[in-house]
Amino acid sequence: MGKGDVKLLGTWPSPFVTRVKIALKLKSVDYEYQEENLGSKSELLIKSNPVYKKIPVLLHGGKPICESLIIVQYIDEAWTDIGSSILPCDPYDRAVARFWAAYVDDKIFPTIRGLGMAKGEEAKAAVVKELKDGLVLLEEALLKSSGKAKPFFGGDEIGYLDIAFGSLLAWFKVMEKYFNVKLLEEATTPRLVSWADSFCKHRAVKDELPDTHKLFELAQNVMFPRWQAAAATN
Amino acid sequence: MGKGTGDVKLLGAWRSPYAVRVNIALNLKSVDYEFQTENLATGSKSELLIKSNPVHKKIPVLLHGGKPICESLIIVQYIDEVWSDGPSILPSDPYDRAVARFWAAYVDDKFYTAVKGIVVANGEEAKAAAVKVLKDGLVLLEEAFLKSSAGEGKPFFGGDEIGYLDIALGSFLSWFKVTEKSFNVKLLEEAATPRLVSWADSFYKHRAVKDELPDTDKLFELAQNVIFPHIQAAAAAK
Repeated sequence: MGKGDVKLLGTWPSPFVTRVKIALKLKSVDYEYQEENLGSKSELLIKSNPVYKKIPVLLHGGKPICESLIIVQYIDEAWTDIGSSILPCDPYDRAVARFWAAYVDDKIFPTIRGLGMAKGEEAKAAVVKELKDGLVLLEEALLKSSGKAKPFFGGDEIGYLDIAFGSLLAWFKVMEKYFNVKLLEEATTPRLVSWADSFCKHRAVKDELPDTHKLFELAQNVMFPRWQAAAATN
Repeated sequence: MGKGTGDVKLLGAWRSPYAVRVNIALNLKSVDYEFQTENLATGSKSELLIKSNPVHKKIPVLLHGGKPICESLIIVQYIDEVWSDGPSILPSDPYDRAVARFWAAYVDDKFYTAVKGIVVANGEEAKAAAVKVLKDGLVLLEEAFLKSSAGEGKPFFGGDEIGYLDIALGSFLSWFKVTEKSFNVKLLEEAATPRLVSWADSFYKHRAVKDELPDTDKLFELAQNVIFPHIQAAAAAK
């Protein structure tokens, strides 16, 4: 199937969109990318995701698939013969990968905004602690799944959980810089530190992560003020 | 791994729609399993539950050969993949799978919160608004149903047989009935969602389901006396 068959609607800062870009790159899928302006959503976006009107949306042969992790699983299943498997082959390992990916969505991702909305140093410290405790759990999960020798949650190759979690790394760097905190560090999460390094260098990842400087500018000028304003009105 | 009874254990509770999903999936695949009822009051969780699900300490947990699997929809997918010779729970086509996963995630995102919204609503206006949220969601599912199986005359989202979305949504049916009775509202009704009404009827009667959905009277008693007051108290305390 040609490039015209696959289209991704996204925004460059979104870690959810990054997940899809990485998965498509991993499977060597040619696609058309459409950058959305969330203040003025395209008709195509609204028509393709009428329930949530959110990005990412993958269009394959005109049919829309929504929700980043559902899209990643779809890519794995639709291009099953190409490249390595994104989800592990063993059903138990798949369940474990899905569990931790859901954990990232439920517990890790919301702390980005939580940190942005926290009022005062004490509240911020509490959010950072909660986040770091969660990262320690992921450190343990990495150790359990890949053992001492493998670089990724998926083993030798990046997989589902690497993509689900790694897509947040640019935002972690921005948060560390903006709030002057350390999130992933040698003292508490040494395996994750080297994992992050390997992940960001991976051929399917390195050109897909948003530029950290550009993201920092956006966060500093737009996102953090917006979240802080929202927090002030609560 | 052997598939005998000793190998499969479910930590659950009859009142939990999430746990019931797993009962249904196991029944669908004719898997023998041991069922351990968990007492959901805080401080009364079994050691096995806490050890098996240290992150969330929640049911359901499926133990297969001693290895724990957590989160109801993840467990259902696991069951589908391990007991692959039974009826397929997820559709075989990748696009249909993505659609089923989308709507199951929608059910998880919206419906518990929507029911809770009805339970804690202060006054008739707030209650009506909360009911509308849930009913609007059911209309979306009615449309999804019409677009797929119902449009082809099939009784379930999964087609001729119950599947992933049937299980994800159907597990809430007793709670819908109890909410309707407790708050004198209509959630699933002929006027708005006729196909879902007949779907619900077929779902209840399905061999894998009929002994698993909690008895409405029994659940009503529990909801009235324990669960709804608990939810209302927690909301008032905020």
